[in-house]
Amino acid sequence: MHPAFSVVFFTTATGAGYGLLALLGVLGGFQIIPLDFWLGFIGMGLALGLIVAGLLSSTGHLGRPERAWRAFSQWRSSWLSREGVASVTTFIPAGLFGIGWVFFGSSGGWVTVAGLLTACGAVVTVCTTGMIYASLKPIAQWHSRFTLPGYLIFSAMTGSVILNALLQGFGRGSTAILAFSLLLVLLGWGWKLATWRYNDALEIPTNANTATGLAGGTVRTLEWPHTEENYLLKEMGFRIARKHSARLRQITQCVAFALPVFLLAATFTLPWPFATAASLLAAIVQFAGMLVERWLFFAEAKHTVTLYYGR
Amino acid sequence: MTCLPSQSGKKLGLVIDLDTCVGCQACVTACKEWNTGGHMAPLTDIDPYGGHVDGVWFNRVHSYEHTTEMGGRTVNFPRSCLHCETPACVTVCPTGASYKRASDGIVLIDEDKCIGCKLCSWACPYGAREFDTDVGVMKKCTLCVDRIYNDNLAEEDRVPACVAACPTSARHFGDLGDPQSAVSQLVAERGGVDLMPELGYRPTNKYLPPRAHTTRAASVAAPALEPVRAEGGFLGWVDRMLSN
Amino acid sequence: MHGSPRGANSAPSQRPLADTRAPDEGDGVDTSPDVSDSIAKTTCYMCACRCGIDVHIKDGKVRYINGNKDHPVNRGVICGKGSSGIMQHYSPARLKKPLLRTGPRGSGEFREIEWEEAFSIATERLSAIRRTDPKKLAFFTGRDQSQSLTGWWASQFGTPNFAAHGGFCSVNMAAGGLYTIGGSFWEFGEPDWDNTRYFMLFGVAEDHDSNPIKIGLGKLKARGAKVVSINPCRTGYNAIADDWVGIRPGTDGLFVFALIHELLKAGRVDLDYLLHYTNAHALVVQEQGAADDGLLVRDGDGNPLAWDRVAKRPVSATDASAKPALTGSFTIDGRRCVPVFQLIADRYLNESYAPDAVAERCGIAADTIRKIAAELAHVAFEQTIELPIAWTDWAGRRHETIKGRPVSMHAMRGISAHSNGFHTCRAIHLLQVLLGTVDVPGGFRFKPPYPRSAPPGPKPAGKTVKPMTPLDGMPLGFVCGPDDLLVDEAGTPVRIDKAYSWDAPLAAHGLMHTVIRNAWAGDPYRIDTLMMYMSNMAWNSSMNTVETIAMLTDHDGEGNYRIPFIIYSDAYYSETVPFADLVLPDTTYLERHDCISLLDRPISHADGPGDAIRHPVVEPDRDVRPFQSVLIELGARLGLPGFVDDDGSAMYRDYADYIVNHERTPGIGPLAGWRGKDGTSTGRGEANPDQLQRYIDNGGFWHHDFADDQRYYKMANRSYLDFAEQMGFIPKAEPIVFQLYSEPLQRFRLAARGHGRVLPPEGDRQRIETYMDPLPFWYMPFEEAVVDLEKYPLHALTQRPMHMYHSWGSQNAWLRQITSQNRLFVHHRTATGLGLVDDDWVWIESINGRVKGQIKLIDGANESTVWTWNAIGKRRGSWGLKDDAAESNRGFLLNHIIGDQTSADAQGKRYSNSDPVTGQAAWFDLRVRIVKCAAEEAGFTEPQFERFQQPPHFVPSPDKLTFGAEFRRAREAAE
Repeated sequence: MHPAFSVVFFTTATGAGYGLLALLGVLGGFQIIPLDFWLGFIGMGLALGLIVAGLLSSTGHLGRPERAWRAFSQWRSSWLSREGVASVTTFIPAGLFGIGWVFFGSSGGWVTVAGLLTACGAVVTVCTTGMIYASLKPIAQWHSRFTLPGYLIFSAMTGSVILNALLQGFGRGSTAILAFSLLLVLLGWGWKLATWRYNDALEIPTNANTATGLAGGTVRTLEWPHTEENYLLKEMGFRIARKHSARLRQITQCVAFALPVFLLAATFTLPWPFATAASLLAAIVQFAGMLVERWLFFAEAKHTVTLYYGR
Repeated sequence: MTCLPSQSGKKLGLVIDLDTCVGCQACVTACKEWNTGGHMAPLTDIDPYGGHVDGVWFNRVHSYEHTTEMGGRTVNFPRSCLHCETPACVTVCPTGASYKRASDGIVLIDEDKCIGCKLCSWACPYGAREFDTDVGVMKKCTLCVDRIYNDNLAEEDRVPACVAACPTSARHFGDLGDPQSAVSQLVAERGGVDLMPELGYRPTNKYLPPRAHTTRAASVAAPALEPVRAEGGFLGWVDRMLSN
Repeated sequence: MHGSPRGANSAPSQRPLADTRAPDEGDGVDTSPDVSDSIAKTTCYMCACRCGIDVHIKDGKVRYINGNKDHPVNRGVICGKGSSGIMQHYSPARLKKPLLRTGPRGSGEFREIEWEEAFSIATERLSAIRRTDPKKLAFFTGRDQSQSLTGWWASQFGTPNFAAHGGFCSVNMAAGGLYTIGGSFWEFGEPDWDNTRYFMLFGVAEDHDSNPIKIGLGKLKARGAKVVSINPCRTGYNAIADDWVGIRPGTDGLFVFALIHELLKAGRVDLDYLLHYTNAHALVVQEQGAADDGLLVRDGDGNPLAWDRVAKRPVSATDASAKPALTGSFTIDGRRCVPVFQLIADRYLNESYAPDAVAERCGIAADTIRKIAAELAHVAFEQTIELPIAWTDWAGRRHETIKGRPVSMHAMRGISAHSNGFHTCRAIHLLQVLLGTVDVPGGFRFKPPYPRSAPPGPKPAGKTVKPMTPLDGMPLGFVCGPDDLLVDEAGTPVRIDKAYSWDAPLAAHGLMHTVIRNAWAGDPYRIDTLMMYMSNMAWNSSMNTVETIAMLTDHDGEGNYRIPFIIYSDAYYSETVPFADLVLPDTTYLERHDCISLLDRPISHADGPGDAIRHPVVEPDRDVRPFQSVLIELGARLGLPGFVDDDGSAMYRDYADYIVNHERTPGIGPLAGWRGKDGTSTGRGEANPDQLQRYIDNGGFWHHDFADDQRYYKMANRSYLDFAEQMGFIPKAEPIVFQLYSEPLQRFRLAARGHGRVLPPEGDRQRIETYMDPLPFWYMPFEEAVVDLEKYPLHALTQRPMHMYHSWGSQNAWLRQITSQNRLFVHHRTATGLGLVDDDWVWIESINGRVKGQIKLIDGANESTVWTWNAIGKRRGSWGLKDDAAESNRGFLLNHIIGDQTSADAQGKRYSNSDPVTGQAAWFDLRVRIVKCAAEEAGFTEPQFERFQQPPHFVPSPDKLTFGAEFRRAREAAE
């Protein structure tokens, strides 16, 4: 699949944003992280900013963005529509929570309820995003049990790493949250490795024989229906060389997981301001790494239409 | 509405005979020609005279070499929307632009509702949908919905453009939901198959497999020739035959 | 459905729904949009097929074109090109106005001129030629469907130098057929699709008669008849064959002789058929060294004789009551003679034609050959069919049924485009005739006006060329011996293309492919003006493109072009336009009148003759004129007889006027339908002023359906022959005798042996002796015979893709999307042996040069053969294509490396790279090797040519096409 930047950025940014939002909703709502206007303001601002930036980016993928509002109508069948509905709906408790938690400096009561609802909304939204991909049967690498948990784990992971950086930045670092984010990064790493391993060993029953109905033997492409690349090939015929892909996987492992693990571990031992710097760096580096991971998520996904083209 | 109709009255579709298709591209351009002025007009062509020409087409013909232990065959393979019974391209659509008609099973796009998110094309395993970058919406085969019921065409012309054009009669059209229909009978008789049945989209269109290198192939049970048994060999035989 | 369904696609599974009322879906879809304001029924010109089309006009534009269901050629279907006619019509490559060259030839620098200036330039030039030496005008046309006009124009002008493109197209098939059975494959005959059970296809993937063949193949498939294809490439029609035989190029003749060998040996030939319809029993003189050796024994009236084996005396070969011998040796008047059939048996029973002897050279297993021979015999003799229709033969014998042998064959380009193609074509006809399958139920059938006598008259005109004097006939015709050749006393050719000379005696279609070289070399003489129409001679219609281009632009010592003046008419800015001095812009086929005439190449069906017209269905939006009308005006301005009245005024207003009023012989004109003042005559009759309207009212064509008893055995069917005489197809209702033994060829041989009045130059004698064999034989294609086969181990072939066959596809925005780069297809095993993989760039090298292209591996090809799609490669600056178009950057033209001459013979003479009998261009003789190119050479084709300048006021081609959006806008605005 063509790794369009708009979609790569969209899923990465909203994943991190909703992860952060959910954590703020729960931890803020239950006062696990302290009340602090600027912490709250920046935290909520960052979460919502990532979400809004991601959603805006996603409209860059649309042919007719002015009609985007129509996407809220088909929630009964479409995961994309559900995502739209969930993402927008989540703004209601998130807004209330933000007002209560940040501006009124209150927690408990309706603010806690709003915080919890925000977290629920965020989780649901990330699930719908994951399901958009997980539900696509023509793409075996996505249509797997790894996709949905992957989206949830990476959302929580990036969100927690950012939250940790935020707390560290405000000098309110929490060992528990640091440990939590470190564990999530390790989980994410493991999950990604498992996903790759699963995908590499994937035996896809759909092949050129079933695609053409020509049973038995080999079916080899002789000529395409057109000489130049068409929409199908540009959108779904993206090819990445094995060598290139292996290199990018290494970069992903390094930048999205290994470096953040190292930096987060270092945060345990480093004094201020180095701990803060390490945590901030971990969040930034990981976000960049996750862009690579998401790029690969698309680039390595093979659509069945490529079977018709012998790709 | 992108939820699928609970049941469709008819299952209109095409039957494509891979045994007969010579790959002449007649159906391809007949489709282009009708539809570029039809229901989804235009079928935009970008860079039509340049090095990166890329147009919207509803029907494409590939060619393959199919090799089995019985031999090899070149197969020309027309590919277009299969008007599936459970088309995920419809259910994934967030706006209701993509829909399956309850009355005849045709999968269509309501262009005015399409936001051009392209997800439907991702959801279609068959590559049946092509995006018109100029208009910003997805386009696809309409099964010539603006021909098959068109009061402005002579009744005999109310078939999809590709079926009317096909010079080798490799394309057939009808109600595949009716087991008594001519197309259903043809599919039964010729062992028509679904494409990618394992994905569960339940395509309406069927493909009739090539007969060459199968027991269905036309053959002549000819005994080997034996030299004539006549005195004087062949010339002797000629004389004998003429004297008879 | 009301009434019985019309058209080819009318099986129950192809009809409209039983109830075509739109269901109440409620989705707002307009299921009944208005399609057209009017429908014009005319004839397609996207290729040579000439299908009937319905052009739907909406708001003055072409909305849609579909097949005419009533039309005898296509019966409602339409091919990939036909549906793309819109893009041809609205092509940005279309010329706009007459052009006069301003820059050097080949640069593309022109200025626009008015038609009046164009006419005066042309008239002045041509009239000077006509006053002095008319043959200094060479007039050659390409994909011309008006040859009865263009040929007649040349004849009235007085130049013998006329032909269309048949010489480099498929004249071997035409000549091979016409000299043997009085008909031909091409589109002049067709298998009996409804009855045949075994169809053999030689060297055809797509060709003339394209939709009829496709419709026919569909019928065979529906009936379960067996299709066997003989072709080095498994594409197109060959893809759907039940058996594909991947023969080595140029060896089809050997393969056919092996089949004949098997059939003869087994006694599986139709002796009755041979006796009734062929010259198998005619006696041939066998007196070595005599002046009549090898000629037929004739009586005093010139009738061939046979030997009555009962009466034991010579009898007329056409004596219906005789009992002719087919074998033996007889003495008449002290001269030994044998029946033709004895010679056939002697030759083909020879073990050198046994399957085992030819298998390796053909690349076909001997068992496969034996199997096919057995199948042919089985179907022909064990599955005979009999139609319960009584008919009467020429001799008055009544037959209660029509008997048929359901084996049919079709052959074209793959046979034709070799230097041994004429004899191979004759070999296939011999096979058909031995099996008794020509014009019988289930066999190969003639389309009227064929069959004609073999060969048909008349002879080519041009023996005397005088100023201001028309020729005494048409420039193209059929020679019967050396006396008919167009050569002077010294044996020098009269024609610029050397047709009907010792180089190419049976050149029935001329040799357009030699004209540029000969005119450049002044061999046999210099010309003044080369006038061409619709033929891309500076590119894909020439062999040896690079040198051809150089010859077009070459100067003599004094700064003049060696070919002094070139007039060219084309509708598009093709690669040839920039080489013209004067360009006459043509219209498209939707803007003009044409006639598809029985005098030319009709659209008949085996069940009856037909012809058709084109008429303008849209108005030209530019200053262009149909070439035929231009030619008629030019004829009038030159004062050519037949083009002016006695008072010197133009006889015809335009081509439409000519179509209606011209009479070639009294009562016979371009169109056969609705003749006579009141339009009630058919075939013969006075001109009918209302004729074109009658055609338009009938859907653009006229077609006559034969009575049941006229449909078969046309070569001997009295009812048919009477009809053919009345229609003017044949001069007299006499039987057409198939010439298994071709006496005209033997006459040339005798001349080579020194007999007769017109003798070949010494240097040509061996060649004439060898190739003018009266019985078909096989020889190695010329290039293969001379090149080092170790060095050039591969055959290289080209074919046009189906969606561009005989079309001008590259400027067509739709068709070029399907193919804008051609690959060289190489068999897997061959590629592996050369260390090549898919997508590699290679040099394709022949003895004539090298060209670079990208390869694609393939299984379905003869292993020793590489091939590519032809005429995809284009020159930068032509056809309205942008500079980055794949056609001029990655596509390649194999023509660059096909020589236009043979290697020098022992005397140092180089002949045209053509069949020695007919002059057919031997495109497919090419031998090559392929070599992987260096890494830095990959990705672009070579040789490259300078980009042409664009003509004045040429609008750059658009970056986007939204054809059809306007119709939708109009519909939606109307709602």
